[in-house]
Amino acid sequence: MKHIKTLNGATLKKSAAHGGCGECQTSCQSACKTSCTVANQKCENR
Amino acid sequence: MVHTFQCLGVRIAVDVNSGAVHVLDELTYDLLSALAEREENGESLAGELPAALTAALPQYDPAALAEAWEELRELKQGGLLFEADDYIDRDKAASMQQQALVKALCLHVSHDCNLRCKYCFASTGDFGTGKRMTMDIDTAKQAIDFVIAKSGNRRNIEVDFFGGEPLMAMDTVKATVEYARSIEEQHGKCFRFTITTNGVLLDDENIAYINREMSNAVLSMDGRKEVNDDLRPTINGKGSYDVIVPKFKKLIAGRGTKDYYLRGTFTRFHKDFAEDVKALAAIGKNVSVEPVVGKETDPYAIQESDLPELKAEYEKLAEYLKDHRETNFFHFNVDLQQGPCVIKRLRGCGAGCEYVAITPDGDIYPCHQFVGNEDYKLGSVKDGTFDNSLSSRFAGLNVYTREECAHCWARFYCSGGCSASNLLVGGDINHPHKVGCELERKRLECAIALKAIDAGMDE
Repeated sequence: MKHIKTLNGATLKKSAAHGGCGECQTSCQSACKTSCTVANQKCENR
Repeated sequence: MVHTFQCLGVRIAVDVNSGAVHVLDELTYDLLSALAEREENGESLAGELPAALTAALPQYDPAALAEAWEELRELKQGGLLFEADDYIDRDKAASMQQQALVKALCLHVSHDCNLRCKYCFASTGDFGTGKRMTMDIDTAKQAIDFVIAKSGNRRNIEVDFFGGEPLMAMDTVKATVEYARSIEEQHGKCFRFTITTNGVLLDDENIAYINREMSNAVLSMDGRKEVNDDLRPTINGKGSYDVIVPKFKKLIAGRGTKDYYLRGTFTRFHKDFAEDVKALAAIGKNVSVEPVVGKETDPYAIQESDLPELKAEYEKLAEYLKDHRETNFFHFNVDLQQGPCVIKRLRGCGAGCEYVAITPDGDIYPCHQFVGNEDYKLGSVKDGTFDNSLSSRFAGLNVYTREECAHCWARFYCSGGCSASNLLVGGDINHPHKVGCELERKRLECAIALKAIDAGMDE
């Protein structure tokens, strides 16, 4: 494409197929106690 | 839903429901922004470029606009733009939450502290109870038994040693780890321990212990010496910086491959927090600095009027980090490719259902920030009580039940925010508050822009 560069594909939609195992880290436990961002966490079921 | 924004000189479009992210040239950015403003679902991309859009962008050559329009159409046809969210199985997500499986503990081994931080949500350790105490070993063991029993078939269990200051109860910490390790295999569990400490009581022995047993160590300090010492004095009113920094350096030097974060808080007293991130980065490369939690009436709390200044500060920090990629700033981390699944992203932190806090008395609360609020007491590990009804209330919260989230572009990155902050600021666990949301969105824009720059897409 001339006008658009795609940085990331439809990864969220793809994750729905294998998601929901619940083994991932609890968000607020990750690095501090008032952070709720989940987007920087790892999937444990890959 | 598409969100377009500019940050660090990069023009970006986030396709909210698919997770796709695109970097655009100026013309395409203006075209897509104009379309996204008019249409939630980009219906017009089914056909030719509407005359109204061409007319709205008179500064561009119509032929060039038509060319960009074709590229946008191609993205939509490929499921990478204006994707619907009908692929999300909300029933599956809801049923998973209702099982109330607890898999993470915030273990308050100490309700006492040797610092007197001015913004402490725990009222400098005792959580407003007036009773300073540490957890006895029997209670800690009951907490471990509780999480094993409540975690069902979940294998990975997290326990964060918290306080107050957990190093004031180091015997309990060690006994808890020893007990959990002695029974984890027979129950098919894998415990991961973390600790959050202010560093005052660190010595060679417990540094070695933490570096051996704790998968993550959160080291609390606020950055520059003058800021840290203003907000984090000792009981005697002296600064804590000179006491803790040599100890944190020693701990970090022995950390090996295990995680750690130097974790600071910024308040409206010191809004130039980018300087504190830099100061922390000079001590260790993993840094977390975030806004204080407080009621609007607290003098240190962030106010709506602070937002422009704070957003500019985040952008300033991002500019700095662009050229200092060795510094790992937690709140600009976003894993676009391999982050959590969309089911996880619906429900956020898990407080009150998969994550609970346990006090030195054995009382159970939805998370550390609810401790002391009797309306939200879930039960006790002492007598085996657990309020499933209250837990289900928390479990039922997700980005679709929170009205503000359902219309927010950042919903699958933030996952609904913090229930405790929502209660504290707005009086309702189900309604996010504006200040927190705006700062979260700004952090995400910076994080995504840095990803684009890392990928060389800023040229």
